[in-house]
Amino acid sequence: MLRYIVRRLLWVVVLLFAISILSFMMFFLLPGDPAAQAVPKGATPETLALIRHRMGLDLPVYKQYLNFLHGPDLIGAGHASGVLNWPPNLGWSFRNQEPVLNTILDRLPVTASLTIGAAFFWLLIGIPIGVQAALRPRSLRDRAAMGFALFGVSVPVFLVGIGLLYIFYFKLGWAPAPKYVPFGQNPLQWANQLLLAWITIAVGTAALYTRMVRGNMLEVAGEDYVRTARAKGLTERRVIIKHILRSSLTPVVTMLGLDIGVLLGGAIVTERVFGLPGVGATTVQAIFDNDLPVIQGVVLFAAFFVVMFNLAVDIFYAVLDPRVRYS
Amino acid sequence: MALLEVKDLRVRFSSDDGIVKAVDGVNFSIDRGQTLGIVGESGSGKSVTCLSIMGLARGGKVSGEALFQGNDLLKMHGDEIRQIRGKQIAMIFQDPLSSLHPFYKVGSQIAEMILAHEKTSKKDARDRAIELLRLVGIPRAERRVNDYPHQFSGGMRQRAMIAMALALDPAVLIADEPTTALDVTVQAQVMDLIERLQDEFGTAIIIVTHDLGVVADMADDVLVMYGGKPVEVADRRTAYYGPHHPYTWGLLQSIPSAGAEHTGEQLRPIKGLPPSLINLPTGCSFHPRCPYVMDVCKKEEPQLLPAAATGNGTHLSACHLSFDEKQRIWQQEVAPTR
Repeated sequence: MLRYIVRRLLWVVVLLFAISILSFMMFFLLPGDPAAQAVPKGATPETLALIRHRMGLDLPVYKQYLNFLHGPDLIGAGHASGVLNWPPNLGWSFRNQEPVLNTILDRLPVTASLTIGAAFFWLLIGIPIGVQAALRPRSLRDRAAMGFALFGVSVPVFLVGIGLLYIFYFKLGWAPAPKYVPFGQNPLQWANQLLLAWITIAVGTAALYTRMVRGNMLEVAGEDYVRTARAKGLTERRVIIKHILRSSLTPVVTMLGLDIGVLLGGAIVTERVFGLPGVGATTVQAIFDNDLPVIQGVVLFAAFFVVMFNLAVDIFYAVLDPRVRYS
Repeated sequence: MALLEVKDLRVRFSSDDGIVKAVDGVNFSIDRGQTLGIVGESGSGKSVTCLSIMGLARGGKVSGEALFQGNDLLKMHGDEIRQIRGKQIAMIFQDPLSSLHPFYKVGSQIAEMILAHEKTSKKDARDRAIELLRLVGIPRAERRVNDYPHQFSGGMRQRAMIAMALALDPAVLIADEPTTALDVTVQAQVMDLIERLQDEFGTAIIIVTHDLGVVADMADDVLVMYGGKPVEVADRRTAYYGPHHPYTWGLLQSIPSAGAEHTGEQLRPIKGLPPSLINLPTGCSFHPRCPYVMDVCKKEEPQLLPAAATGNGTHLSACHLSFDEKQRIWQQEVAPTR
């Protein structure tokens, strides 16, 4: 088990390294001159050159990369410039006049709230429907479940979001006007505000989980060990819960970890539709504003989360499946 | 009254290509301490026969009777049959690796069965599991009880399955190809173990196998199946020393002999492939592969009849060849080469 974890950790380091290089390359590959963004319009070429020098843009590429990883304060932002410094420097947004890290951390609670609530709902909706469909394959309920899954997977997220808003806010007036309320301030309102957004994300994701749970269960139900369980005289209930579900839900846990990791990077469309000031909305705004540091910072941030959640999920999988542990 | 008596068992499955007649008219009975060997190729219906007795033939339409201590198993549902499974009639399967749940320790899977049928504490069940593992010859059972199935070797896994099957001292043990997935030397060990346990507990055993050699020692009676139908029923002596069906002859001839590399003998398989159970050949299902086929074999299905006019009628064979012809062929052609 220990060897397994160490192997995975080493791979994580390699991955993060690769991601840092790719992120760094964005600087060079995307249009726009970082120095030009740092100065007001109408600056003279000499000023530009000076700024370029101060930002270290005239250094050879590999040196710039090293600064990117761990370097001194280059732009007078008040702290060191590398991602491996502490606090990690994810860039400086000239537009917002603040470190990208702060921008992200400000928005993170919104995205995290969105993620956790959505995850709760997609598990609540997706798994039971998948289980019911698998217990009675080809029945009416199975076909209905798969119909739901097809719908959930096909319909665009913004359509669901706008649709829900139209029905529940505009027409019925049941939902409040979208406005984010922090959890600490008023938990009930926090949930109330986010409910529609949660369901928007949950519909699409639950569909995937329904299909996966159903598929896994049908496959596992045909396994030899399930036959043995029945031959032992166990109740059908026990066979389903302890034998079939135990095997079927293990991959679901893996998927859950990955989905959460990805969502923490920002549910861009949903945040836009519901006007939630999350990481995703920030990213979209940064793209419109050509705010390269923010884009780069978010990419790095999101990639880091995905990699770390991947690692967590892999380790957890070893906890669930002893064959992985002892091989 | 026999312990387990199966009468005219038929199992059909519907498939998109037609109706699969997996089992078509099987009869046998077995008593305490006896062993029945059900022999046949893959697809002969032998496994489905056993599964349907236990009510485990999912999706199959089962007819006939399976009287266990006088009660028809085929008419039982839900809790009734559930109480028989594992406790009165236990079953072990071919591949012990896939037949045990990979996520649970071997000990807890054994204990699970005990707890499903008896009101004992978890600790007692676990202790019993350790005892059972020792009984089947697994060293350091108190440590091994906490291992997962993939940590056992093939032979030990099968022993563990046997331990699990015998945990509640069932009246009948059905072993479906118990040694097929094992090395030859381990096969012998496992068969020895089964025999020893039968001596100790008096369990009635049904061994399903495709290899006549496996049950040569143990079987009191042999039922040979082909294409879902019984083609020969005999006691052990007759099955090995005087069978009266071309298929049984073929099975005996196809057993590789130990000194073959010296004599340069070649393997003698039965030519052809098992028939489709949806589109069985007309007349006798075996006729396309039979070296002694006659015209009548293609048209008329042979009935399972006593092989000899005399005798107690316990030797049955389904073949159009006359008694004399069968005797001659056996003595002159098959026995010398076997």
